[in-house]
Amino acid sequence: MAVCTGCSLLCDDIELEFEDGKISLTKNLCRKGEGRYRSLREDRLVPAVDGAKVGFDEAISRAAELLGDAENPLLFGWSNSSLEAQRIGIDLAKKLGATIDDTSSFCQGYLMEKVLRGEYPTCTLDEVRNFADVLIYWGSDPSSSQPRHMSRFSYFPRGEKRQRGYDEDRTAIAIDVRKSPTVVIAADGFFRIPPGGDAEFIEALLAALGGKIPKVKDKKMKKKILKLGSTLRKAEFGVVFPGLGLIYSLKDEIDKLTPLITRLNEVSSYKLIPMVGHYNMRGFNQTLLEETGHINRVSFKDGVEHGTQFAVTEAVNDCDALMVIGSDLISALPAAISKKLARIPTVAIDPHRNLTTDMARVTIPSAISGLEAGGSALRMDGVKVEFEPVIKSGYRSDVEILSRIMEAV
Amino acid sequence: MANVMEVYQLLPKTNCKECGYPTCMAFAVALLGKEKIIEDCPPLIENPKYEKKLEKLRELLAPLMSADATETGMIIHTDKCYGCGNCVVACPVNVANDPKGTALGFGPKSGRAILMVEDGVIKCVNVEECRRFGPEKILCSACIVTCPSRAIEFV
Ligand code: SF4
Repeated sequence: MAVCTGCSLLCDDIELEFEDGKISLTKNLCRKGEGRYRSLREDRLVPAVDGAKVGFDEAISRAAELLGDAENPLLFGWSNSSLEAQRIGIDLAKKLGATIDDTSSFCQGYLMEKVLRGEYPTCTLDEVRNFADVLIYWGSDPSSSQPRHMSRFSYFPRGEKRQRGYDEDRTAIAIDVRKSPTVVIAADGFFRIPPGGDAEFIEALLAALGGKIPKVKDKKMKKKILKLGSTLRKAEFGVVFPGLGLIYSLKDEIDKLTPLITRLNEVSSYKLIPMVGHYNMRGFNQTLLEETGHINRVSFKDGVEHGTQFAVTEAVNDCDALMVIGSDLISALPAAISKKLARIPTVAIDPHRNLTTDMARVTIPSAISGLEAGGSALRMDGVKVEFEPVIKSGYRSDVEILSRIMEAV
Repeated sequence: MANVMEVYQLLPKTNCKECGYPTCMAFAVALLGKEKIIEDCPPLIENPKYEKKLEKLRELLAPLMSADATETGMIIHTDKCYGCGNCVVACPVNVANDPKGTALGFGPKSGRAILMVEDGVIKCVNVEECRRFGPEKILCSACIVTCPSRAIEFV
């Protein structure tokens, strides 16, 4: 059995058939995972310096030079690297006195921190499968982002206390601004809210949970929310799966979620599992937390410092060298920030070509984890999953690349 | 999905019995049940005045007659499928036949599952086990309603 690193579910029941050393058939991989497997042969990166192809060793030494000479290097990415690679990455940042940040910084960071610090109750996806009866997909769309979430864990499978099938045993609620593919399935429990309307919805829900009439103009919606309040109260084991939709909508008011989580746990028992995208974002957050007391946005220039000034979006203003690993940072950020990035000398480590590698001064191709390189990672719920490489390739793992850079600086 | 009335409207409606059925309506039912093919109605094929109807009927029944349609009439639009496996896990036959695998959210473990995901998309095997198959068939729709991209339909 192979492990898919296509998303943070780390599906570990993947079966493969081979012909002439190549994968000829995959079983149980979703389309997203299949895409990752197919990418083995597509658009692979080559080692290069200033656009000219070089040998691997040359690329390593130029990368080390570029980072070693910098005053304020920034190391970014990490959520697509194994735990082992992340650990070396943190050591490298220490050695360089660099700033280190990962994708959670503009993604699930806030909620992940609450979960990792034990401020929000959480559970494993296996517990969800065995016990959960009320599922709230809030601003998240597993059907598109973690395609097997609902079939492997949350909605459809039978579990210890959920033997009768989803239609009798579980209630799926989707709160979203649009009719996402997940909403198509959870049609009965769909709450369509206007963009940015999450804070108001939280207020309304708090009222309904307290037996008060929610302040909602739309009469139908008011009734629906009241009914939702009673469904939520009756739950035995509820789980909230918040996605980026909720986080980006609440922005600075993200704290508003806390009273709701507290209230839900007064009326019944509710857990929260952030819907992480990349396969090992949680791994990085946890490792850095253990190491420094912070999940992201850390500078090692002067001991350990933490703050929004070390968030990638801010840190790009001061850094004079950048290393991006396993992330297409340029595509992920708004154009104004990306423009700044284009001026910073960059080392990009990635299995594939992308906008960031295209503009990087030094590119170092890496092995695809789970396929060409082994290691371990934390699933979105914190369960550690180990994986072995399934095919031989000449590409080096992140671990090897980072160790070599570390030796060379 | 075509219904009997739609098919009937596109037949000659003369009850000539040349197809071997007493009425055009009975032939329409047979067409939908895949017991007969359009060519089994000689007037429709031979008489130029039915040319338009013939064309429309072929269009209407194309999905049903296509190689994609399994014997239960299930059509999988693989271009739309996410490979999420919701149908695999929700299918009551899979649950009964594969209690240690698909019933628990995994890929099939028993070889008796009828829906599974291969190369990132859904595939239907052991068709005869589908509840829509055979003389006792029932209108199960577990795989249709659990599909986020509406990639499965029955004709
Ligand atoms: S759900 Fe995620 S981990 Fe599972 S097969 Fe799909 S992409 Fe891979």
